[in-house]
Amino acid sequence: MHRLRALIVMTAVAVLAARGIRAQDVKAFEQNLTVHKLPNGLTVLIYRRPVAPVFSFFTFADVGAAQEVPGITGLAHMFEHMAFKGTSVIGTKDFAGEKVALDKVDAAYHAYDAERRSASPDAAKLDSLKKAFKDAQDAADNYIEKNEFSTIVDRAGGVGMNASTNSDQTVYFYSLPANKVELWAYLESSRFYDPVFREFYKERDVVMEERRLRTESTPGGRLIEQFDATAYLAHPYKQPVVGYMSDLQSFSREDAVAFFKKYYVPADLTIAIVGDVKAEEVIPLVDTYFGRIPAGPKPDTLRTVEPKQTAEKSVTLVDPSQPVYMEAYHRPEDTHADDPVYDVIAGVLSSGRTSRLYRSLVRDKKIAAGAAAFNGLPGTKYPTLIVMRAVPTPGHTNQEVQAAIREQLTRLQNEPISDDELKSVKTRTRAALIRSLDDNEGIAQQLAFCQARYGDWHEMFKSVDKLDKVTKEDVMRVAKATFVPTNRTVGMIESADAAMAAK
Amino acid sequence: MKRIITTGLLAGLLAALPAAAQVKRYTEIKSTPLPQFKVPQPETYTLKNGMRVFLMEDHELPIVAVRAIIRTGSYWEPQNKVGLARLMGVVQRSGGTKTMTGDQMDDYLEARAAFVETGAGGDQSFATMNVLKQDFDDVFKVFVDVLRNPAFAQDKLDLAKVGANSAIARRNDNVGGITNREIGRLVYGAASPLVSLEEYGTIAAITRDDLVAWHKAYYVPNNIMIGVSGDFDSKTMKKSIEAAFGGWPKGTSPALGKIAYQAKNKPGVYFIEKPDVTQANIAMAHLGIEQTNPDYFAAQVMNEILSGGFSGRLMNNIRTKKGLAYGVSGGLGAAFDRPGLMRLGMQTKSASVYDAIAALKDEVRALTVAPPTDLEMTQAKEAILNSFIFNYDSRSGILAQQMNYAYHGLPANYLEMYRSNIEKVSKDDVLRVAKAYVHVDDLSLLIVGRAADFPKPLDTLGNVTKLDITIPKKPGA
Repeated sequence: MHRLRALIVMTAVAVLAARGIRAQDVKAFEQNLTVHKLPNGLTVLIYRRPVAPVFSFFTFADVGAAQEVPGITGLAHMFEHMAFKGTSVIGTKDFAGEKVALDKVDAAYHAYDAERRSASPDAAKLDSLKKAFKDAQDAADNYIEKNEFSTIVDRAGGVGMNASTNSDQTVYFYSLPANKVELWAYLESSRFYDPVFREFYKERDVVMEERRLRTESTPGGRLIEQFDATAYLAHPYKQPVVGYMSDLQSFSREDAVAFFKKYYVPADLTIAIVGDVKAEEVIPLVDTYFGRIPAGPKPDTLRTVEPKQTAEKSVTLVDPSQPVYMEAYHRPEDTHADDPVYDVIAGVLSSGRTSRLYRSLVRDKKIAAGAAAFNGLPGTKYPTLIVMRAVPTPGHTNQEVQAAIREQLTRLQNEPISDDELKSVKTRTRAALIRSLDDNEGIAQQLAFCQARYGDWHEMFKSVDKLDKVTKEDVMRVAKATFVPTNRTVGMIESADAAMAAK
Repeated sequence: MKRIITTGLLAGLLAALPAAAQVKRYTEIKSTPLPQFKVPQPETYTLKNGMRVFLMEDHELPIVAVRAIIRTGSYWEPQNKVGLARLMGVVQRSGGTKTMTGDQMDDYLEARAAFVETGAGGDQSFATMNVLKQDFDDVFKVFVDVLRNPAFAQDKLDLAKVGANSAIARRNDNVGGITNREIGRLVYGAASPLVSLEEYGTIAAITRDDLVAWHKAYYVPNNIMIGVSGDFDSKTMKKSIEAAFGGWPKGTSPALGKIAYQAKNKPGVYFIEKPDVTQANIAMAHLGIEQTNPDYFAAQVMNEILSGGFSGRLMNNIRTKKGLAYGVSGGLGAAFDRPGLMRLGMQTKSASVYDAIAALKDEVRALTVAPPTDLEMTQAKEAILNSFIFNYDSRSGILAQQMNYAYHGLPANYLEMYRSNIEKVSKDDVLRVAKAYVHVDDLSLLIVGRAADFPKPLDTLGNVTKLDITIPKKPGA
């Protein structure tokens, strides 16, 4: 269950007379789309695209790692894993018995955890508590039908089943044949209506392995964790989505239940279903199955706002790896009026073979094997970063690519970009939107994201108009305000001798 | 009475809807059979010069996509010039043509939001194009020019070599990459072109003349198939294709020999030290089967039981039950013109490396000692057959499939045959196939990790061969 760095919503582009998204295209799209709000606050979008008798869905939960505090980091992602564990009906041989056994697991865990984290744990006592905890888990396991939720989806012909968590959101998705809509409505609603957090502590071990895989055992993963923590002073974007190891080793099943109850209210859920489906057939099923979920109060919005950065920051990892360079600047969230300007900047700097970073660092200077600029690390919902990243070629250094990147940023501040560059970025981004419309999964993802984040799925197309209005002056204005040393964080991997690191 | 129909309310329609359904237990939810779905088929024909053409109209979006497949690839390049096919594939596009430099081409295409790309894989090479409908004629000219008349500008070859050297320098930075690469080399043998590595020396040896000669040898119309999908009219498209390629004379391309690989891997334990990881990467493998093997279908059912979705045995027993891994995978692999790999792999914390190896071996053994249960058979076959419709869920996907079958000499109705063959597989077939092709004692076991963190010394596993993955220095360095 991978982490999507950020859901890439095509920031579409430009209405050139010859190559524009026309009003009638949006109209045609609209005719196949139905937005349905349930009384409990849940929103469902149904888009009919009967190309083949299949459908895809995308569930967007407006909760991510940014809702975590120290002690429970990693919990949003942990619930994502729990959402595959079944319900009081699915995944159990006898729920009444299992419930009792699960309560015993909780009690045994707390006894063990308290001793483990006490000032001076008694070794013998700790061993026996650990054994009692393991025995309780084994007893609860006897009630389980292993992976029944996934098995039902697989047997129904489901494909691409997965989910992902990032700082901003948690998403769930798969595709099914078109005759399985009712089964889908049952299964997907059950996840949020009646989840049972079975195998919680075993799954915690799985998540720890995921942390070792993605963060601890790759130079890039280690760098990103350090980088986020360096760039952010106060905002939870500084915390790793997968969580700190100490928190993963400590948080409990009740912590996860509490987190779920607080954040998984229907008002925070947006679901898009796309394919060979008819609104008039889907809506009654959605009403029946998703309507079961009780309404809940929308959780408080996040209080902490990242303060303005006042001093340049940097972090350097010395690793058995070739060098890697990145630098980033704080920028506003994706609903801000300047968001499309940042997309144009990233496009001019790094989209395709005509981009400035490619032509300067890769093609002409030959100091980098690749160079990119992108928006949306760590997230997009709250004020975020625009990032430049480059990997030096053999014999060249991070310092050289740094100088070359800064040369390009200074250019953006001091001279207007050319009409052709601006036009080309707009054309290509818009074409990317068109190209994305031939795929049920991709459409479902974009619809759910836009509806949830902007309150309106039309943002898929409106972003075209917004981007089209970006001017050369906007680019200069935003570049001048953004690319200043006090707003900068630098992150680097410098090569260590691998033999030394083995010690 | 007039109703205003608004998006999302469809008020008139909804008024007539039946009341909401009853919540059922999932076992009582019945699904109607899928409607008869007529699978669209591409039109195929052959030009006089032997080029095979596949056309699939798809008018949903104003886009046209072209894909040419060329019968050649890195498996047939000289072993002292590993990287030749790949570099030719890169420079064919980046180096421009006789009428347009690569840089001019970049500007021209990107202004139109169009793509023309070329490249080489192991057993096939490709040229692709993707364009908004109204620019088809302009961009198709560029595509044809790139396919037929690449200039192979020397400065772009130099640039491609910088990229190649950079990839060589970085190839040991990622533990997953090391594991994937080295398990293949253990099974096929380091001398096999299937797993040959680009090195500073092999890249340095490649000249512009080599690129020109490679292109001249293989890029002839009778060695190419081309597929077009998207928003076009077939009659017009046939004319465009005839105009572009009709006058291209037939050629003789070198026969592609059998790809060499070692007949049998050396079983045993192999170790690579990676100091900066908290997990051991484990892979175990021996040779698998060829895709044309009649037992291929039973192998697919076996693989579904072993590692299908989130509910196969590996996920159930090693991830869910034991909590030993995030990712665990495996199966009896198949390939064309050579065996695939019978391979399992996972990552686990250093402290559980031996438990994980034992768990994986248990799963391999279990395949060969007893047939799957009836329930496992039912689940596996339902998963394969009920998801079958996804083989047909896009026209461009159907086109790509048909080209792939034609490339490998499979019949056009291969998918339908596949389906009926899967239906026929019995649990005894699965056991028979496991006994025939899965041999736990023949596995090469590779561990990549930090030995100091393992719970016991490595040699408790017996005789361990340490592999040296030091990157050979540049010639003259």
